Amino acid sequence: MMESGPLTGPVPTDGTADGTHPRSAALSGVPAKPNPADAKGEIDGTFWRRFVFRRPLAALILQRLGLSVGLLFAVSLMIFGGIEALPGDFATTYLGQSATPQAVENIRKDLGLDKPWSERYLSWLGGAVQGDFGTSWASKNSVGEQIGKRLGNSLFLAFFAAIVSVPLAVGLGMLAVQFRNRLPDKIINVVSLAAISLPEFFVGYLLIMFFAVKFGVATFPATVYDSMSFTERLSAIALPVATLVLVVLAHMMRMTRAAILNVMSSAYVETAELKGLGMFRIIARHAAPNAVAPVINVIALNLAYLVVGVVVVEVVFVYPGMGQYMVDAVTVRDMPVVQACGLIFAAFYIFLNMAADIIAILANPRLRHPR
Amino acid sequence: MNLRSIPLSAWIGIAGITIAIFCALFAPVIAPFGEREVVGDVWLPAGGDFLLGTDNLGRDLLSRLIYGARTTIFVALAATVLSFSLGMILSFTAAVMGGFVDQFFSRFNDLMMAIPTLIFALVVLAVLPQHLWILILVMAVLDSTRVFRIGRAVALDVAVMEFVEAARLRGEGSTWIIFREILPNTLSPLLAEFGLRFAFSILFLSTLSFLGLGIQPPAADWGGMVKDNKDGIIFGISAALIPGAAIATLAICVNLVVDWLMKRTSSLKGGRGDA
Repeated sequence: MMESGPLTGPVPTDGTADGTHPRSAALSGVPAKPNPADAKGEIDGTFWRRFVFRRPLAALILQRLGLSVGLLFAVSLMIFGGIEALPGDFATTYLGQSATPQAVENIRKDLGLDKPWSERYLSWLGGAVQGDFGTSWASKNSVGEQIGKRLGNSLFLAFFAAIVSVPLAVGLGMLAVQFRNRLPDKIINVVSLAAISLPEFFVGYLLIMFFAVKFGVATFPATVYDSMSFTERLSAIALPVATLVLVVLAHMMRMTRAAILNVMSSAYVETAELKGLGMFRIIARHAAPNAVAPVINVIALNLAYLVVGVVVVEVVFVYPGMGQYMVDAVTVRDMPVVQACGLIFAAFYIFLNMAADIIAILANPRLRHPR
Repeated sequence: MNLRSIPLSAWIGIAGITIAIFCALFAPVIAPFGEREVVGDVWLPAGGDFLLGTDNLGRDLLSRLIYGARTTIFVALAATVLSFSLGMILSFTAAVMGGFVDQFFSRFNDLMMAIPTLIFALVVLAVLPQHLWILILVMAVLDSTRVFRIGRAVALDVAVMEFVEAARLRGEGSTWIIFREILPNTLSPLLAEFGLRFAFSILFLSTLSFLGLGIQPPAADWGGMVKDNKDGIIFGISAALIPGAAIATLAICVNLVVDWLMKRTSSLKGGRGDA
């Protein structure tokens, strides 16, 4: 139904190699996906073929891993190359319209913009692999160092949001299925439909208004320092976590409901019902094993969504994380920071989607032998 | 179609959308004050001359809300229409041509979707100059990846039907097949998708404006108004919540209509589950 957000991630399910990565080219020799056009797989694929034959599962997972790495590589090329291809000169933007040509020339040399872009890309990628993202244009600080601090903060936030929202979403989804088309289900449906439509910042400010300003039970802004103790940190992030939970909960719950309902309305559950089995037995023995895969898939996709949802929430709550770092950098056009943050966010997104894919394969034997 | 078969929730949605569009169309007539006119003190409470109070610069909040409807709806609608045209043409082309074209478009689409939309938009907007048409274009291109995926799936379903084959056999070109055979038969699910994308566009535009990267001041726009007034929250001034509520209400209304449209299409198909 409402799959607008989280379900729209990269789903590399049809593993046709795009050839952007050396490994994916070799991977096309998987017998599960015969690709007669690619003769390369036939020639050097003997070891790979034997491996696939003996360990189909490991091969499939390896294939997904390779695909993700290839995808990440392509994304890095896009983030860097796309920016190069777009119009606009940073040096001019940086100095303003009235800059003299000499000053523009100097700053270009200073930032290394006078070198060809392929050279800059390779050195950037080489550094990025080792965690060195260059220096910020605006503050002249090391980008990698800043990210190291802020990434931890962002993950801290996302982790607690996930811990709260996942059991809640699965529970509510099961409740909705249990009372399907009756009052609880209808209430959950309407409320979640409304929750999907709320922008993150509105939820955030609403919570601030009530819990921090009116009742004074929470703190705002949610700043965390190095010297803070664990419990202090927890109380500081209470409101941001609540916001993230509310935002992601509705999506996750609706998708869980759809996934469980899909299993419950299948023919074998109907057969079990007609055999006269008890409700508990049907759920435990027949429905649950088949529902685990889609539900875990839903969770992983929503966690990927959470990583991005962090951006707005951090700005609302003035939380020192990656999202705020990136938004600030975009406003002053600090390209090294924007590129580094973009790449890291994309990496999290891609690998969580990959995890969803792999878990789905592990949980559902039918996916191991695609036709 | 029977008017009575439309459920109450859908009527609420239709009413909300109608009000918003009415505000957008007749903004200069309804609004009590001008869009950029400073009329009173900063953050006056609601009531009296100013129905919803004033904002951080002393402008009438209600007037800005009405003018903001104009900007927000126009930009979101333009982006959605553009993304739909782009996504559908490309996806139908991919579905009809098949082979290399299909592979190329689909793989490129996967690559675009591998980067989260908001992050992609942030990266691109960091480079591009701030113009309204650039914003619309960026939103449209990013959104068209989602349309492409749905459009291709739907079109592939239809493309293997007998009447498409019949058209192919009597020698019709690809353009005819796309516009005269496939498009009319995929309209219903795509209409629901259009509503969904429109709701998403409103939220996305508001988010970008809120982050200061969407519509630039002094033009009124709902997301930007939240940004302007957000500092008042700490003092218990709810001026930022009003435009936020407007965004939420409009998005909910669109979603209510979409929900009904989707139920209608799924009941037409006669599915067993109601999910």
